[in-house]
Amino acid sequence: MAIFVDRNTGPALRQPKRPQLRLRKIQAFLCLAAATVFAGDTLLAQQARVPDRSRLPQLEPPPALKLPPIQRLKLSNGLGIVLLEKHEVPVVAVSLLVKGGTALDPADRSGLANLTASLMTEGAGNRDALQLADEIDFLGAHISATAGYHAFSVNLYTPVSRLDQALPLLADVALRPTFPSEELERKRKQLLTRLLQARDEPSAIASVLFNRALYGSDHPYGVSPFLDEATIRAFTPEDARKFHASLFFPNNATLVVVGAVRAESLLPKLESSFGSWKPGQALSSTERTASQVRERAIYLVDKPGAPQSEIRVGQIGASRLVDDYFTLVTLNTILGGSFTSRLNSNLRENHGYTYGAGSSFGFRLWPGPFTIFTAVQTEVTDKALAEILKELEAIRQPIPAEELERGKNYVALRFPARFQSVRDIADQLEELIVYNLPDSYFNDYVRQILAVTPEAAQKAASRYLDPARVAIVVVGDRQRIEPALRALNIGPVKVLTVDEVMGRR
Amino acid sequence: MKPLLGLLAVVWIGGAFAQETKLQVPHTRFTLTNGLTVILHEDHSVPLVSVNTWYNVGSGREKPGRTGFAHLFEHLMFEGSGNVPEGKFDEWLEAAGGSNNGSTNPDRTNYWEDVPRNALELALFLESDRMGFLLDAMTPAKVDGQRDVVKNERRQSYENRPYGMASILLSANLYPPDHPYHWPTIGSMEDLSAASYEDVVDFFKRYYGPNNASLAIAGDIDIAKTKRLVEKWFSDIPSGPPVPPLAAPAAHLAEEKRLLLEDRVQLPRLYMAWLTPAAFAPGDAELDVVAGVLSSGKNSRLYKRLVYELQIAQDVDAFQSSSRLGSTFRIVATARTGHKLAELEAVIQEEIDRLKNEPPTLREVQRVVNQFETSFLSRMERIGGFGGKADQLNAYYLATGNPDYFNEDLSRYKALDPVDISNAAQTFLKDNARVILSVVPTGKEELAAMAGKERK
Repeated sequence: MAIFVDRNTGPALRQPKRPQLRLRKIQAFLCLAAATVFAGDTLLAQQARVPDRSRLPQLEPPPALKLPPIQRLKLSNGLGIVLLEKHEVPVVAVSLLVKGGTALDPADRSGLANLTASLMTEGAGNRDALQLADEIDFLGAHISATAGYHAFSVNLYTPVSRLDQALPLLADVALRPTFPSEELERKRKQLLTRLLQARDEPSAIASVLFNRALYGSDHPYGVSPFLDEATIRAFTPEDARKFHASLFFPNNATLVVVGAVRAESLLPKLESSFGSWKPGQALSSTERTASQVRERAIYLVDKPGAPQSEIRVGQIGASRLVDDYFTLVTLNTILGGSFTSRLNSNLRENHGYTYGAGSSFGFRLWPGPFTIFTAVQTEVTDKALAEILKELEAIRQPIPAEELERGKNYVALRFPARFQSVRDIADQLEELIVYNLPDSYFNDYVRQILAVTPEAAQKAASRYLDPARVAIVVVGDRQRIEPALRALNIGPVKVLTVDEVMGRR
Repeated sequence: MKPLLGLLAVVWIGGAFAQETKLQVPHTRFTLTNGLTVILHEDHSVPLVSVNTWYNVGSGREKPGRTGFAHLFEHLMFEGSGNVPEGKFDEWLEAAGGSNNGSTNPDRTNYWEDVPRNALELALFLESDRMGFLLDAMTPAKVDGQRDVVKNERRQSYENRPYGMASILLSANLYPPDHPYHWPTIGSMEDLSAASYEDVVDFFKRYYGPNNASLAIAGDIDIAKTKRLVEKWFSDIPSGPPVPPLAAPAAHLAEEKRLLLEDRVQLPRLYMAWLTPAAFAPGDAELDVVAGVLSSGKNSRLYKRLVYELQIAQDVDAFQSSSRLGSTFRIVATARTGHKLAELEAVIQEEIDRLKNEPPTLREVQRVVNQFETSFLSRMERIGGFGGKADQLNAYYLATGNPDYFNEDLSRYKALDPVDISNAAQTFLKDNARVILSVVPTGKEELAAMAGKERK
């Protein structure tokens, strides 16, 4: 509304919104200052003093993040509470985290976790979908349920003054969803329509095909988030009910609370909403393995007339639990995780091929995808791809010390930025729980990043990044780009239709 | 730590919420002799500082044949200045743990650097260097480089995006050709090609003086020390010429215009748009609530009918898009397979008429206002980035002259009665003064809500 939300008419931005990437010490760049040149007597000072612009300001040592303590509490039924009090703004975020997610979708019911989550707000306790939405909206609260690969998250965000009214609604949604069949029918239509719409979006097509190329459609990480028609048509309310009932137990869950609340007054409220929830035996997952991309190949999807080609390049990356996690975070920052990263500098700043280019490791419980992503002007598709492969090769060479320092600083020093809003902090705490990280993790984070060595970076690059075994997805105007892609001679070119990627209409 | 919100009390009146939330963002404001307005706000919750600069110039100031220039210029602001070699703006910030971005709209251009508190002076050095000495380092090659980037931004965000050209076509038909909101901020490819080094020099001298800017700094700062640093880095920058207010010709629609656009899409989408009062003018807040009553939440009128009950639409959204010279109210809905936009339009028209003829219930209005109130609180949670506190202080300052306008802004909504909402719908959502755009899959003209009119 008003001036703070720019909608369709929104502003043009300098940089695309990037996935948040995070990151020492300042001395490293101070020496760069010597290289800058004093501009001389460009103007007459209005004021007595003209600052010395020939050198960068001397900066004091960076501050450390001081988080309020993480409190661990328990309800009478064993439900664990992770609480962080934050009193600046009178709001509170409550997330019930339940282990298990799309990784537990039955083989013939891909997407069931997502469907289950989306139905949880469509009727719960003794309220139907409209009554529930009316109550929540009237409180000025937000309640949502989502399924990740390895956890469900049922979230409440509310002014703290409405917490007493909102908590019972959250408990209804989390513990007593009714899964009405007419709501499933509505959801089914919505999903079928969304599947159709995704065909219009080059980035959606590219992502679906890329994940499938890496994992195959049998693996949870390879399943299209848009699903397919047969799967969407097969869901029954009973599927969702059973799935929910197999996972939602207090002994398989944690309640994360961040905001302007105090433990002593909060606990009785949580006890009354969640204390009578009965423990049980939750379904658990065993790792689904996937084999690495065998040979480099280009998968080309035709979008006649497209002014840009949507590109994905990558392979199966690393699990969140690997020892070299901090090294990989730093490495990726340098390759494609910051504005000055090699990919963005090359493809955007040096060549002007794109509005932005980057890379990411999808860190999950099991090895997630490593993805390079960009959209480039149609005419330069082959050249851009050649540059991407060049960067993937180059990142395996020793990284110059100054560049490594910059990457580490960027991640480490902006770490506090992840702890601003109560929802940001709740997200961070959820990560602790899903990956079983120690509470000291946040305080150790900066030290861990700053400890990354050039040798470790090089070792991790050669271990996790192999330009010879990447899947390459290009969604663009085949007629204009195929000959040049073939001429690159970097692997077989397999041409696919949108139907083959997204299913027939 | 001091609470940011001075006072918070909850009062119950007749079962409905009437919460007294007093929003306050204490700040210090001063003006340098060169005209730069400075706004400082302390928030020690995390050890970060946001440095946020607004220049009172946007794409609305562009000359004929140079659409897209203000935004292209914004890109050039990151390419180095007199004492900052090309590439170093970003490198130095990143090495200090900082991030940055900028954006342009028809009214203004904003820039921010979010840094750990120890790097505040670095951000001030960089921001002041480009305010004072951008041209010392400007070259035609830099213009060419960012021209290519911006053209790709246009391809990515408009041309290659489903329905991406709709907003451009709507603005062109809502506003007369000489109105600053007629052309899109992203500009046309042709005009982007025409932008020159000389244009950069002229634009900078004309609009980028400190007297046409305001600098808001929010976060983990000491006011006195920060004031000294701002004076140190910004005081020697000379004023630019005075920038007179943007004179805009009147915008009014004297008829209903119907437009058709074919696109490579699966489903048709209907756009209805009206010219409405400017940001903060009487009617603006009312129309935000009208939008909420129509499309916010499952019980909102349009969502409930089109998506929930009839299930003929995939989505519907109504919103008041507020700007300085005037706003637009828009309704956007996507039809499901087998349904024509005329069906959607008929339902939307019924609901607009109903809202005009009969005030909404108190609960409907309060539901919307309570949601707004939460969003005001939510906007207090971050100091930096787009929409953080530093950005909001500048936005309110530029719009109202008072950076701490948070409470007044929220009060606009709390003061509304249901009858105000139907009055606003009646006054501003006229059937004979609007633009109706149908975007349909190529070759499927029959899906449009046309009544056989003009075609674009």
